[in-house]
Amino acid sequence: MKVLEVRNLKKRYDSNEIIKGISFEMEKGETVVVIGPSGTGKSTMLMCINRLIEPDEGKIFLNGEEITGSKHPEIFRQRIGMVFQEFNLFNHLTVLDNVRIGPIKVKKLPKDIATKVAIENLKKVGLESRMNAYPAQLSGGQKQRVGIARALAMEPQLILFDEPTSALDPELVGEVLEVIKKLAREGMTMLIVTHELGFARDVADRIIFMENGEIIEQGGPEILANPLKERTKQFLAKFREGR
Amino acid sequence: MIKFINVFIEAFPFFMNGLVFTAELALSSISIGFVIGVLVAISRTYGNKLSYSISTIFVESIRGTPLLVQLFIFYFAFPQIGIHLSPLVASIISFSINSGAYQAEYIRGSIQSIDKGQMMAALSIGMTKWKSILNVILPQSLIKVLPSWTNEFAYLVKYTSVAYLVGVPELMAQGEFVASRNFEFMDVFLGVALIYLVIVMILTWGMSRIEKMVRMPGV
Repeated sequence: MKVLEVRNLKKRYDSNEIIKGISFEMEKGETVVVIGPSGTGKSTMLMCINRLIEPDEGKIFLNGEEITGSKHPEIFRQRIGMVFQEFNLFNHLTVLDNVRIGPIKVKKLPKDIATKVAIENLKKVGLESRMNAYPAQLSGGQKQRVGIARALAMEPQLILFDEPTSALDPELVGEVLEVIKKLAREGMTMLIVTHELGFARDVADRIIFMENGEIIEQGGPEILANPLKERTKQFLAKFREGR
Repeated sequence: MIKFINVFIEAFPFFMNGLVFTAELALSSISIGFVIGVLVAISRTYGNKLSYSISTIFVESIRGTPLLVQLFIFYFAFPQIGIHLSPLVASIISFSINSGAYQAEYIRGSIQSIDKGQMMAALSIGMTKWKSILNVILPQSLIKVLPSWTNEFAYLVKYTSVAYLVGVPELMAQGEFVASRNFEFMDVFLGVALIYLVIVMILTWGMSRIEKMVRMPGV
C-alpha cells in the first residue's frame, strides 16, 4: 500500500493557478525530495497534502484513506508530521512542552508517558539537555531540531518538510540535515522541499523537479547529474553558477 | 498637614467601609469583563459572520456611549421593563459589560499580533481550530495583553466611583457622606484621592510582577 497518493492536485488563487494537476505516490520508508525554482508552488503543494491549504481539485490518500473531502482533516494531520521553514515553535512553551503538547492534548496520552515520548525524541535530535529552555533561547538549528522532534512525537506515518533549512545561517544547516538523514536511514517516510541539492542527492530515494505548478521530471538522485528535460538542466545549471 | 491627618483618621473607618464596595465592584467587574472580553475577542477573530457581527456591534455600541449612561440604563431604565436591579448589581453588570468591550479590543489586538505560523503549527500536529486557539493562541495573547490589561484594570478601579451616583456606598460615596457632615471637602476628597492612588499603585506594581513571572523569554 502507498503511504501517500496524490492525484491531479490543483490549487488556484483567484485566476492564478498555482498547482496545475500534480500526481505522485510515495512508498513506505521512501524519502522524496522536491526541488525547483522559488515560487513554483512547492510549499503550497506540501500544505495541500495535510490541508493547511485547502486544495481546489484532486484527491489525496494517506495509506489508502482519502484526506481530501474528510470533514476532520485534524485526524489525518495527527498522522502527518510537518516541519516548517520558520520553525513555528510554540513561543510560550519550553522545549519539552513543545514536543509533548501534541501527545498530551491530541493523542490524550498520560503526562508521564507523553514526557517519555518527548524526551526520547529530543534525544533523537540531540537536544534533551535543552528541554527546559524556551524557543527564543535556542539557535535556529536547535529550533528546527525541536520542530522535528515535535513532529516525531506524534509518531507520524509521513513527515512533510517545508524548506527546513532555508531560514538558517549557513553554519547551522548541517546539524539539521544530519538529523533528517538519520531519519531517512531509520526508514521514516519523508517528503522534503529543499534548495539543498547536495543534501537532496545524499538523502533522496527519488527527486521531483517542479516548476510553475507542474512536475517537470522525476526520478532517482541521478537526475541531478543527468537531467533529461531541458528545464531541469537550466535550473540545475543556474544553481551551480550560484554556488 | 496635621489637620489633614486628623480628618483622614476620623474618616478612615468610613473609607474602609467604602473600600470594601469599591474592591467588590472592581474585582467582580474586571473578572466578568475578562470572560466577556475573551469570548468577544475570539468571536471577532475566529468566529463566523454572525458572531463577528454581533460582537462587533456590541463592542462599538459600548465603546461609543458613556459609562454613566450605561449604568443609568441598567439602574433607572430597566425597572420600566420590569427588571429591578439593586445599585450594586446594576453597577457590576454595567461595569462588567463596559470593561468587557474594552478588554475584548485589547485581547483581539493581541491575538492578531500572534504570528500565523503558530496556528499552522498547532493545526499541523492535529489540533482542531478550537484546541489550537485554547492551547496556543490564547495563552500567548493573554501574556502579551497584560500591560494594556493592567491599564484597563486601573481605569476600572477609578471608574467604580460613578457607582456612587446610583447609591452604592463605595469609597467616593463615603467621602461625600463624611464631607457633607464635617464640611472638610478639601481634606476628605484629598484623602479619597490618596486611597485610589495607593490602590492603583499597588495594582500596577503587582501586575508588573506578574508580567515578569509569565513573560515568554526572548519574545
